[in-house]
Amino acid sequence: MNDLIVKLISRLLIPFIQLYGIYIILHGHLSFGGGFSGGALVGSSLMLYAIIFGLKESEKKLPHTISKFIESFGILTYIIIGLIGILTVGSFLSNKQAGYSLGEFGTLLSAGMIPYLTLAIGIKVASTMITLLQRLLKEDSHD
Amino acid sequence: MSKKIIIAILFILFVVLSISIVRMPDIGGESNPAYNDITHYYIDNAREETGSVNIIAAIITDYRAFDTLGETTVLFSSIVAVFSVLSMKGDKHE
Repeated sequence: MNDLIVKLISRLLIPFIQLYGIYIILHGHLSFGGGFSGGALVGSSLMLYAIIFGLKESEKKLPHTISKFIESFGILTYIIIGLIGILTVGSFLSNKQAGYSLGEFGTLLSAGMIPYLTLAIGIKVASTMITLLQRLLKEDSHD
Repeated sequence: MSKKIIIAILFILFVVLSISIVRMPDIGGESNPAYNDITHYYIDNAREETGSVNIIAAIITDYRAFDTLGETTVLFSSIVAVFSVLSMKGDKHE
């Protein structure tokens, strides 16, 4: 897309969209939202960049060699956090019983494993959206 | 002849389904089968057991974390499916 206004406005907006998405992911256990909605926000900002500036620029920012690691990192973190529960008390994905500190009620680092799981889900959703779009755009440019 | 039998069977099915729709519980009603002890349990104990302010986050990532793991696996398998189908097509062209 070669429109100056769209390029300038989106360059201005993308950092704020990403900041809001990260805020929603990190505050998943405190306010509305969570991993899925925050990850969708971060992913849609990356998709906006890929649509406006094209596939080449987008792959310069997030090449496939990095995105394939991020892709697996999200779900592996989730499973490893669950396996810690097996090692400590013997049941998968246990929170308080597995020894995660619940912290002070209402602060950012509270609720045991919930913030970490939310972060893993957010990374997974964002990377899924951008990887799918990059793959489809690449397929389009082949023909 | 067989057409008439099919129409009769479909009509009986229509009547049965219509009756079941009429007898469905109201949305949010107290006789709703989904409205049982577990909702009270979550509201009473979520704060002590998970320490999370957001009870919905406590349910989806603590009480039902295994379900969320399944949802994340769906995302992963969707990526794997798209990559396998699209790269298969690319190999044939080249």
